[in-house]
Amino acid sequence: MTVDTRETDVLVIGGGLAGERCAVEAASRGRRVLVVSLVPPRRSHSCGAQGGMQAALGQVAKGYGDSPDIHFADTVRGADWGCDQDIVRRFVDLAPVAVRQMAAWGVPWNRVVPGRRTLPSGESVEERPEFAGLIAARDFGGTAKWRACHTADGTGHALLYALDGQVLRLGLEVLDRTEAVALIHDGGRCHGAVVRDLRTGALTACTARATVIATGGYGRLYGASTNAMINDGTGMVIALDTGVVALGNMEAVQFHPTALAPQNILITEGCRGDGGHLLDRSLHRFMPDYEPARAELASRDVVARRMTQHLRAGHGVEAPGGAHLWLDVRHLGRAHLETALREVTGICRTIAGLDPVTALIPVWPAQHYSMGGVRTDPDGRVPGLAGLYAAGEAACWDLHGFNRLGGNSLAETLVMGGITGSAVAADLEAPAAPPPAELAASCVGVQEDRIRRFASGTEGSECVHDLRRAMEGILLEHAGVFRTGAGLREAVDALADLAGRAARLGPRGGRTSAAGGADPETSAALRLPGQLRLAATIAAGALAREESRGSHFREDFPRRDDARWLVRTLATWEPGAQGPSLSYEPVRVTELPPGDRGYGEGSAGGVKRG
Amino acid sequence: MAEARVLTIRAFRHDPADQGSVPRLQDYTVTEEPGMNLFTALHRIRDEQDPSIAFDFSCRSAVCGSCGMLVNGKPRLACRTLTRDLPALIQLMPMPVFRLIRDLSVDTGVWFRGMNGRIESWLHEARPFDPTAPEERMDQATAEKVYDADRCIECGLCVAGCATAAMRPGFLGAAGLNRIGRFVLDPRDTRSAADFSVLSTGEGVFGCLGLLGCHDYCPKDLPLRERFAYLRRSLAWNLLGLGGRKR
Ligand SMILES: Cc1cc2nc3c(=O)[nH]c(=O)nc-3n(C[C@H](O)[C@H](O)[C@H](O)COP(=O)(O)OP(=O)(O)OC[C@H]3O[C@@H](n4cnc5c(N)ncnc54)[C@H](O)[C@@H]3O)c2cc1C
Ligand code: SF4
Ligand code: FES
Repeated sequence: MTVDTRETDVLVIGGGLAGERCAVEAASRGRRVLVVSLVPPRRSHSCGAQGGMQAALGQVAKGYGDSPDIHFADTVRGADWGCDQDIVRRFVDLAPVAVRQMAAWGVPWNRVVPGRRTLPSGESVEERPEFAGLIAARDFGGTAKWRACHTADGTGHALLYALDGQVLRLGLEVLDRTEAVALIHDGGRCHGAVVRDLRTGALTACTARATVIATGGYGRLYGASTNAMINDGTGMVIALDTGVVALGNMEAVQFHPTALAPQNILITEGCRGDGGHLLDRSLHRFMPDYEPARAELASRDVVARRMTQHLRAGHGVEAPGGAHLWLDVRHLGRAHLETALREVTGICRTIAGLDPVTALIPVWPAQHYSMGGVRTDPDGRVPGLAGLYAAGEAACWDLHGFNRLGGNSLAETLVMGGITGSAVAADLEAPAAPPPAELAASCVGVQEDRIRRFASGTEGSECVHDLRRAMEGILLEHAGVFRTGAGLREAVDALADLAGRAARLGPRGGRTSAAGGADPETSAALRLPGQLRLAATIAAGALAREESRGSHFREDFPRRDDARWLVRTLATWEPGAQGPSLSYEPVRVTELPPGDRGYGEGSAGGVKRG
Repeated sequence: MAEARVLTIRAFRHDPADQGSVPRLQDYTVTEEPGMNLFTALHRIRDEQDPSIAFDFSCRSAVCGSCGMLVNGKPRLACRTLTRDLPALIQLMPMPVFRLIRDLSVDTGVWFRGMNGRIESWLHEARPFDPTAPEERMDQATAEKVYDADRCIECGLCVAGCATAAMRPGFLGAAGLNRIGRFVLDPRDTRSAADFSVLSTGEGVFGCLGLLGCHDYCPKDLPLRERFAYLRRSLAWNLLGLGGRKR
């Protein structure tokens, strides 16, 4: 059998910030790099990050005295001690360099304007003249200092466009509308990936001495997620499917309290920060009942849990898309909504067709960030398969532990992307044998066979969209903001049942050509079985972890349990097995011993400070 | 409450890669919901009626630039188009100028990559990066001006609505001209308007017929008209030796 083959030094799967940063680093160290991405790189999910990127520059009034040490402590506390502290240390030291590197590549960071100014809170501060024109920062939740560097409300956009400019400058080849569907490996070494052209459906074996997974998060496994439509987790799936690579902490999933319902578009925390209230179906402001001290301003995970609790108790507003709550910002006034909260007001008006000046905003909690991912060493190498690397949200480096701090993930993509790119370039110094000739062909053959079987319609007549929606519902209900042993057991069983049905998928669209065209139904059908394995890995990890830590909240085990669970979950999946195998490794505590986070009900001693 | 409208979505269907495919319009009916936009309506159709229909969405919130299409003849981002602002018959066509992939999906990515490559869409800096030094200073007003030009999401609506782009394949389009403006405005970039050789040709500012459909269609409300005027002015000054040159 002959297959289309391409050969390169480095194959980067993913054209978001992490993938492109890694590609640029490896290429500027003389390596031939090929980038593949589901969408043109500039349309990657990274472009949607608005808020900011954390780096301890200490150049604004509310950030004076900031240092990597303070950023370190914020991050470890945020992670609920579930992270590797040597990674956090490395990260906080390099984040300022990453911000400045991006400035040198053209990011128009907001700058310090010297003089006295009044903050939204009414507090008056003096910006010192010696910092005039240097990079400014804004406030983000969970941090002791203001350190989120930003370009107005388009931080991800500005970063991604500047970085993609460097990719152009270096002349790197980028294949967009191309999906990696399997890794080519021999059980010990990774030799690239089988990719599918989403325009034509054609399969190609991209062989490479180094392969980098930088495919972002898996938010779309959940029925409600703020993530882009393309965040379907397939990068993690192809790693899991090797059977020898582990995914770390897949049960660590972050939820955001206020996503627009039913569109699931992020409504910034700023609305509550500026005085917005959460109301239920009787227009009652319920947060003070649960959290008297901080009400709507308790930490992200706490507010999301309280909202879910209130919805479960039947206080939600019934709507065609499901029950939701209200976010009320009307009392902030038109002037404030059209200036300080302009983005939110724009989203409500143009996307949901309601005016927050006079109307309530329908909201509910939604999946937001994947802390878990492909487990790596400190340089981005993936243990278990030589020549495989991972970076960004797809990876579990492990900077975020059980809860990511806002603004830390943009910084992570750039810092870790750079580190991984230089590790790739260095590792390529060593000679390596080319892959066995038949290996690539047989990997392509496996995928061709899957496509043929689906297109033939002889496997069965299950509809991929029905099963996908069922999976989304199961995760949302049982592996969401609240989890219980009973619910998770149900989820594990229901997902196994869906996996059985997913073996009997058949085309419904009628246009699926036997030649394997790239119609969206075939693409979805190829993804679904792997997504179900990923979903099962999340549920199994959450079921096993009998404690509450960060965003993982078990109603039946509401306390953090450092004696048993100061460990990272590692999940592998033997080819053909019915479920994942879980093992555990201790997290590395190098500087800050476990203590009280200072917020959240799941922290040590169960201190309930909201 | 008034009876919900039943919408007819009349969508273009064609797969150029399939020899047997004939371009046609296909009707779908969807019951309108409060706050429904074309993202919701199209996904309803794909999930419940026809899993084969192709279209592109990613961010759902007008930041990624994936979902441009002609809605009743006008280029629009589908994710920020509310059905209540449209009649009950909604005709959806793929954007012109860009290569058709299938149905409502067109290849904007390749077009923009080509354009960005031609104008060398990266910062041409004067000095190499020094990781040990603090950043170069910039005043906030300048940073805002640069960011304001950087905000283009490369959705291609301006190109799809442009008479010149339809006739002249090499025309940079409003998006390309705006991108040049972004680098000319940035004091860190060594290039002036006159350094972009394509700018003074029919593929640059002089290709523009002044119809300015682009200006009305831009979902980011970029001041494209003012940007063209700025570029023409900078170019004239540069070429006449009256100044405005960075080097
Ligand atoms: C609404 C929202 C706002 C946010 N705001 C902030 C913020 O203010 N600050 C912050 O720090 N973080 C923020 N985040 C998080 C942050 O944006 C992401 O974590 C980060 O951008 C991820 O970058 P990445 O490069 O790892 O992945 P992505 O940007 O998601 O890129 C993934 C890439 O992989 C490609 N890909 C995926 N699967 C495949 C495959 N199988 N084959 C080929 N290619 C594939 C995609 O095409 C894409 O190019 C926000 C997240 C959301 C949802
Ligand atoms: S200038 Fe406006 S319309 Fe044109 S591509 Fe950019 S954002 Fe879209
Ligand atoms: S889906 Fe991103 S702009 Fe419409």
